[in-house]
Amino acid sequence: MTTMSMRAPRRRAAPSRGWTGLAFLAPFLLVFLFVLVAPVVYSLGLSLFRERLIGGTSFVGLANYVQALQDPKLWDGFLRVLLFLVVQVPIMLGLALIAALALDSARLRFPAFYRISIFLPYAVPAVVATLMWGFMYGTRFGLVGNIDRAFGITLPDPLGGGLVLVSIGNIVTWSFVGYNMLIFYSALRVIPTDLYEAAELDGASPFRIVRAIKIPALRQSIVIATVFSIIGSFQLFNEPNILSSIVPNSISTYFTPNMYAYNLSFAGQQYNYAATVAIIMGVITAAIAYVVQLRGSRAENR
Amino acid sequence: MSAASSTRSPRRRPRNSVLLTVFMTLFVVYTLLPLFWLVVNSTKTQPELFASFGLWFSDGFHLFDNIGRVLTYQDGIFLRWLGNTLLYVVVGAGGATLLATLGGYGLAKFRFPGKRAIFAIILGATAVPGTALAVPTFLMFSQLGLTNTPWAIILPSLISPFGLYLVWTFAVDAIPDELLEAARIDGAGEIRIFFSVAARLLAPGFATVLLLTTVATWNNYFLPLIMLSRPEWYPLTVGLNQWNAQSTTVGGEAVYDLVITGSLLAIVPIVAAFLFLQRYWQSGLAAGAVKQ
Repeated sequence: MTTMSMRAPRRRAAPSRGWTGLAFLAPFLLVFLFVLVAPVVYSLGLSLFRERLIGGTSFVGLANYVQALQDPKLWDGFLRVLLFLVVQVPIMLGLALIAALALDSARLRFPAFYRISIFLPYAVPAVVATLMWGFMYGTRFGLVGNIDRAFGITLPDPLGGGLVLVSIGNIVTWSFVGYNMLIFYSALRVIPTDLYEAAELDGASPFRIVRAIKIPALRQSIVIATVFSIIGSFQLFNEPNILSSIVPNSISTYFTPNMYAYNLSFAGQQYNYAATVAIIMGVITAAIAYVVQLRGSRAENR
Repeated sequence: MSAASSTRSPRRRPRNSVLLTVFMTLFVVYTLLPLFWLVVNSTKTQPELFASFGLWFSDGFHLFDNIGRVLTYQDGIFLRWLGNTLLYVVVGAGGATLLATLGGYGLAKFRFPGKRAIFAIILGATAVPGTALAVPTFLMFSQLGLTNTPWAIILPSLISPFGLYLVWTFAVDAIPDELLEAARIDGAGEIRIFFSVAARLLAPGFATVLLLTTVATWNNYFLPLIMLSRPEWYPLTVGLNQWNAQSTTVGGEAVYDLVITGSLLAIVPIVAAFLFLQRYWQSGLAAGAVKQ
């Protein structure tokens, strides 16, 4: 989960035991090669071939990539997750940050209750989260339907074409805001107390302490949480996939790039092209995550 | 890992803030509302679902009725799905934790050729999102004839790069080198040393990784959705979604009451694990969040 900012743990003079250490690592490495490295290599290979109606499979070089880069369906999905990411991620991380600062402020009674309650949705599987919210959004027997009937009004359908992305954003926020809150909270807990005491002696207000001490101390955690959220946004699949069986008209087969790759494979049997789409999205995700990470660390060193 | 939790000396506690309390209370209402909805609605029959207000109980109380029907619907396939989920959790998450513990220990306490390269590759792998790999993994597994078998779910679950990293950082400080040296001088073999000396000291790290991988495996949806086309190997997540899809299909039997009660049953064990073992969550997240 935590990624690029991790460093190798400090080394003490470890005993040199030849290959013994590698033997302990070998079971992990073997499975790792089989389920992580091999599929990547295999799909790289697949992406260079194309199945033709006549004549079987043939080598086409980068033709699949050329096709994908000009594919309006892929870019439609890509722009949608980009929009999702620009709106949902700041809202979720902002809420998580405020909640973490509130927990850390010692100005709440029963902080453990708040901490656990806000974190709890993280334990709920995406399937159950989406089903619950999907029911609640429903205009038939959901809460929206209840409100409509009670007041004789017609609220906009949360699962209609215009709002469905917002509704998905709400489900994702609900699921992960507590996780990010705990990451920030854990980082706040290790700030040495004497920093606050010194600031208080200097007459700094709580808000000044937040701005001058707490937020800078959180910078690395914020970068990590942002990178995770970016990766998660680009991989958006579970929520739209599950909702699409309830409201197929609002969610197309290429709603997100991941859904597109999935539907290419399983509805269209276009395995070579699906592999190409998966690789392109993997590269874009890694590149953006890397840039965010780099900018984050640079800002830190200023 | 525990270093993160208690570096603070007790301070004079400031006044409670009304503003923060209101904000956090609204926040908790938001996070608990859907769970409350789920509990309330799993006590209703299907007609009551449509006829009553969603956030309060209906006249009848049919929870146990509903549970009974969830467990017996379609010849009790829900129990089969529960069994599958348990199998994937025990073998997948348990195996992942074992591999991560062995590997983390090897990385922390030994020097060997190629260690830096291995570190870089495994770290790089944590950046590769699981779902990006799912389609390629499916394509490869179907070539190998592994799809539609439990192995298709278990094998990919066995790798937790983050878990490996957690045990590694944990083992560096938790196991003193002198202790290992002493055991070696006594003539103990490396495997014996691992199980009789190191394993005990690694227990808290092991528990944290086990929790992380258990939740990941219990909640896994994308991978089994891709790998399995026959319901007999489904985990709960895919099975519940199938019931829901069946309900929305024209001509399919609508079983919204079973979807809702089944969802409740599916989250009870994992929520309980969360509440009882949250100490380990805290330390795991702290280790992930705090810069090394």
